[in-house]
Amino acid sequence: MKAMLLIVVPLAGAVLAMLWPDKRTRPWLLPAVGLVHTVLSIWLLLAPPEVEAGAWLAFDPLARAVLPAVSLLFLLCAAYAVPYLAVRTERPNRVFVALLLTILGLLSAGHQSRHLGLLWIAIEAVTLAAVPLLHFNGTARAFEATWKYLLVGGTGIALSLLGSFCLGYASLHGGGGGDLTFSALTAQGAGLSRPWVLAAWVLLLAGYGTKMGLAPMHTWKPDAYGEASGTVGALLAGGVTTVAFTAILRIRAVISAAGEGAAADRSLLAIGLFSMMVAALFLLGTRDFKRMLAYSSVEHMGILSIGAALGGAGAWAALFHVWGNSLTKGALFMSAGNLRRSAGAHTLDEVRGMSSVMPWSSGIFLTGMFVVTALPPFGPFFSELGVVRAAFGAGRWGVATLFLGCLVFAFFGLTRVVFGVVDGRPRPAARAGARRFPETAALVVPQLLLLACALWLGVSTPEVLREAWSTAVAQLYPTP
Amino acid sequence: MSDSHGTLNLLVGLAMGLNLVALGSSRLPALIAAVSVQGMVLGVMPLVMESHFAWLVTLVALGTVAGKGILIPHLLRRAMRAARIDREVEPFVGFVPSLLLGAAGTIAAVALAQALPLLQEHAGTLLVSGAGASVLTGFILLIGRAKAISQVCGYLILENGIYLFGLLLIKSTPLLVEAGILLDLTVGIFVIGIIVDRIQRAFDSLDTRKLTVLRE
Repeated sequence: MKAMLLIVVPLAGAVLAMLWPDKRTRPWLLPAVGLVHTVLSIWLLLAPPEVEAGAWLAFDPLARAVLPAVSLLFLLCAAYAVPYLAVRTERPNRVFVALLLTILGLLSAGHQSRHLGLLWIAIEAVTLAAVPLLHFNGTARAFEATWKYLLVGGTGIALSLLGSFCLGYASLHGGGGGDLTFSALTAQGAGLSRPWVLAAWVLLLAGYGTKMGLAPMHTWKPDAYGEASGTVGALLAGGVTTVAFTAILRIRAVISAAGEGAAADRSLLAIGLFSMMVAALFLLGTRDFKRMLAYSSVEHMGILSIGAALGGAGAWAALFHVWGNSLTKGALFMSAGNLRRSAGAHTLDEVRGMSSVMPWSSGIFLTGMFVVTALPPFGPFFSELGVVRAAFGAGRWGVATLFLGCLVFAFFGLTRVVFGVVDGRPRPAARAGARRFPETAALVVPQLLLLACALWLGVSTPEVLREAWSTAVAQLYPTP
Repeated sequence: MSDSHGTLNLLVGLAMGLNLVALGSSRLPALIAAVSVQGMVLGVMPLVMESHFAWLVTLVALGTVAGKGILIPHLLRRAMRAARIDREVEPFVGFVPSLLLGAAGTIAAVALAQALPLLQEHAGTLLVSGAGASVLTGFILLIGRAKAISQVCGYLILENGIYLFGLLLIKSTPLLVEAGILLDLTVGIFVIGIIVDRIQRAFDSLDTRKLTVLRE
């Protein structure tokens, strides 16, 4: 019941936002719904409900391991969105607020989907709901980014539907009765038709991989993240990508039960390493600090994919990394939004010396950068360490070396851009911009809280989370 | 049984032929017409597959003909008129290379379909080959055409390929999946339509080659 409320409450909130007459008070619906959602998901985390075997939607161990991170990220994004929309009064916010809430509801549905078709519908709907959010700013550049997002994302979503059909046919061919829940598919296991299973895996990995932003299907990401507002970028990078990742984890479990787990892991490993390499190369070249965040996101999706390929220990680290990455990306995107708004620009050619103009946002941006590049004792350090240890544990020395090499290059790229933005003498335009959009506490505190959460994750990872990740891994990787 | 397969295969063959027509069209109205006819052909297929009358199948068929065959092409034509775009398709990949690629893709799809095992009742249908060929054609149009409307047509042909494959599962998958697909398709195109409209206002053209500000 509470699990269903996670979906129903945000969707009801979205309807309410469409009907809400007053533009000034409407954004408060975001933190209100976010708070209810967070309380519900933490309650469910602490007291997990019984899951019926054949249920299509349930707060199962995988949802429990990931969804609370999304709730927490949404709550803090929502807290930031209220003052953000208050300074952006020239844009209408009815659709913006309603769609943010819709996305939260659909993400909850996607994470809890235990049915192949339902999962696809949820992810498709999230993709479409994000479209108007991307051109919130209404500029020509935003339209361009939206068009590319829709074309690439739409193609990815189409491929994943074709893959779902192939998996459905694999079940039908193996004598299945048309039950497409993941538990039924896993139970059918070796009975699934092998050629169809492989075809399904290729298409689903390409499709949901596009949604995650794994290279070479990442091309929509720099444009979309570069043009989206901070809140939207944070939710895309920390929320939407994770639902695609849990989709891939659920499907991998089916493929593995069908006896093709080794092939699936090889492809996850290859695509993950390729994403990290592409991201590291582009990070060394980019001069735009919002596009930089997109490449950093590609890199971290690569880390998740590598973790998922390295068996139980790697998957555990990947689930840990989902938390660290989501929370830190939130802080980075929102502080980058603050900097971008005051500077009026987003490339190294036009932005510098922001630390003397906007000390708090610059500090958060700098700290966030160190957190995503695995500075101890923050969460991502321990999760990435977990991936490396899993690689060594599996005897994959080459993988571990490449992984660490990519991290080093990414670190060079990120520090180059971030110090360029923060350091130096600010331009006069940035000073004027900072007077026009002052750095109020409300625009800074959410990011500080996100960084505090990332620190807490690293310093003393709550026992309940460790247990939740282990239970999820036990569900997905039955033979460690 | 074999008789119904004969009719079905004729229709799939027709759809595959329309793929090539779409690849060879140099004018937007011709391209939209090819997509529209293909949508109608696809809509008739479920009726041919079913030997006796069934409500659900009839509904799917009617919905497909109305959506893919009439409504979406109508929206595309309206967008084209409203934006006053000229009718040339403007390919990145020329028409002859596109056709050759499409033909090669069709042959590859037929070969691939041989490698995948089919159930007894589906053996002898061309659905898998048709699906593969349409998906590849859709990709060629998506990548090889400059204008937004021709890219949308490419996306539609890609979706048509997926629909062809979905026909294999029409009896076994629950109603929800079917309904969700139709709904999502309509909404997706609707949104694309709005975007096309917005792009037109922002750029005074529907030429995606002008969408080149954002790059490294």
